[in-house]
Amino acid sequence: MDNLALMNSNVSKKKSNSKSEIKTNKKRLIDKIAARWQLYLLLLLPLVWLIIFAYVPMGGLVLAFKQYNIRAGIWGSPWVGFDNFVKFFASIKFPIVMKNTLGISLYSLAISFPIPIIFALLLNAMPGKKYKKVIQTVTYIPYFISTVVMVGLIFQLLDYRNGLYGNLYMLFTGTNAPNILANGKFFKHIYVWSGVWQATGYSAIIYIASLANVDQSLHEAAMIDGASRFQRLRYIDIPSILPTASIMLILAVGNIMNVGYEKVLLMQNDLNLDYSEIISTYVYKVGLASGITDFSLSTAIGMFNAVINFTLLIIANKISKKLSGSGIF
Amino acid sequence: MRKFKNLSRNDKLFYILIITILTAFFLIVLYPCIFVVSASFSSGTAVQSGKVVLFPVDFSLEGYKTVFNTKNVWIGFGNSLFYTVVGTIINIVMTMTAAYCLSRDDLPGRNIIMLLFTFTMFFGGGLIPTYMVVQNLGLLNTRWALLIPGAIGVYNLIVARTFIINTIPRELLEASQIDGCSDIMYYLSVVLPLSKAIIAVLVLFYGVAHWNAYFNAMIYLHDKAIYPLTLFMREILMSSQIDPSTVSDPELQARLADMVGVIKYSLIMVSMIPVLLIYPFVQKYFVKGVMIGSVKG
Repeated sequence: MDNLALMNSNVSKKKSNSKSEIKTNKKRLIDKIAARWQLYLLLLLPLVWLIIFAYVPMGGLVLAFKQYNIRAGIWGSPWVGFDNFVKFFASIKFPIVMKNTLGISLYSLAISFPIPIIFALLLNAMPGKKYKKVIQTVTYIPYFISTVVMVGLIFQLLDYRNGLYGNLYMLFTGTNAPNILANGKFFKHIYVWSGVWQATGYSAIIYIASLANVDQSLHEAAMIDGASRFQRLRYIDIPSILPTASIMLILAVGNIMNVGYEKVLLMQNDLNLDYSEIISTYVYKVGLASGITDFSLSTAIGMFNAVINFTLLIIANKISKKLSGSGIF
Repeated sequence: MRKFKNLSRNDKLFYILIITILTAFFLIVLYPCIFVVSASFSSGTAVQSGKVVLFPVDFSLEGYKTVFNTKNVWIGFGNSLFYTVVGTIINIVMTMTAAYCLSRDDLPGRNIIMLLFTFTMFFGGGLIPTYMVVQNLGLLNTRWALLIPGAIGVYNLIVARTFIINTIPRELLEASQIDGCSDIMYYLSVVLPLSKAIIAVLVLFYGVAHWNAYFNAMIYLHDKAIYPLTLFMREILMSSQIDPSTVSDPELQARLADMVGVIKYSLIMVSMIPVLLIYPFVQKYFVKGVMIGSVKG
């Protein structure tokens, strides 16, 4: 009983304490903020920038629910609810752009996600330090080639008459090469594999570095136990890059609707449009590039895309957290 | 490393397999690069008739001559240089400042601000709303349109912040505060000088991005006088002929049809010059930078 009373009195003491604590806490917080005024001053410009160029456009998403009219402005334009979305879903373009977007991005994910990992694993296992370094340095040079140049290169090298592809085809078969650039069916492959050519070395850096951090005593112990190099790759190297790989996978899944539109846009021509029109290039054409531009419809399509992406990101993150315990947030 | 002949048969096979695969990939990456260099130094007819396979054929500089005789290339090159230098300076100042403030764990509200930045990496207003902001600020068709809207790359901000948190010890801040150093002074005289490595990485990332950008220029600019090189390159690389009026030398004009290929290869080489020039200087920081970025922000 005595103990209980003591505890009770303690509790009530704590209660009375906490009230005054809140007050002093508040005061302390104000003091803390005031002491750091210079930091807030420095942050002012970046914050203003963030609001104007990131959050004001997010507010601009209301356009998707309005019928934009230049004279009335964003706020004066009439509300139309989900009409713009319905218009997009009902249009003949909808199945085409959805099919192309998902087709290209899933294909791209299936190819360009594992290849850098395999490349890093092999490079890490390769004997010969100097040759290793040369391979690594050369393979990440193409990453610095701009999209415009890259697409120019693709057109030039894959030209069926006088490009590298045409020449080699002639050299080996003695006949003229088929024009793969004019054939829409090849669009996906050209897009994805040129991406592999350009980005494998760069994407592998992150895995190569985490492989270099693997505790060497694990390898030594395995070697003493008679493990072959392949077994060490399978049981030491792969598990050690799994966390990194799962984070990269989440990010990739969260970007599934963002096919590299800059490259696709440049690679498009009238002949492959049925296979190359994706959501983001369509957004651009509806909003800015076609004769009759429709800001509201374009915003709605873009928003549809962004929401799907964001949802996928969150789902992927949840799944990864459940399975491997690591996620991005 | 143990001697090769001492390895087990399995390991020998495995190593041979690895070396073969990697060498094949290495050659696949390298070959087109060599081809472009060789083609750019060949004669127009050699390129057009497909004679170039590995080394330059009929060594000639006519491709480069034509490129340097094209006035749009000069205009574009100058503009791109301007966008890259000024844009990167703005990027570095804004990014480092924000990264420093957000690296201070004694800053009330820093987590909320960080969240505000990070969220924009995954969700945004998209093309048209951003375009309208640029339009309403009167930036359309001005050089600012390529400099201000991308002033901070959030990913780079996280990289820089992680670097500052991990490499500059807290004790340094405490010691400076005892000496009466203000937060701004500490930033300028301690943090910035100690952040050279990360600044080099950011210069590379931002600089290359500016030099290679074309989409924003395409939607925001109409005036050719302020076009970056990439927009002119797009015109030249994507078309099968070259407008004779853009080339000032009449002798070269007459042979344009023959030289479409070699001009394109030379132009690609010219556009790569700045990147190839700064790359060796920042290359040693490059891998480090990619790694810092991979550490969770």
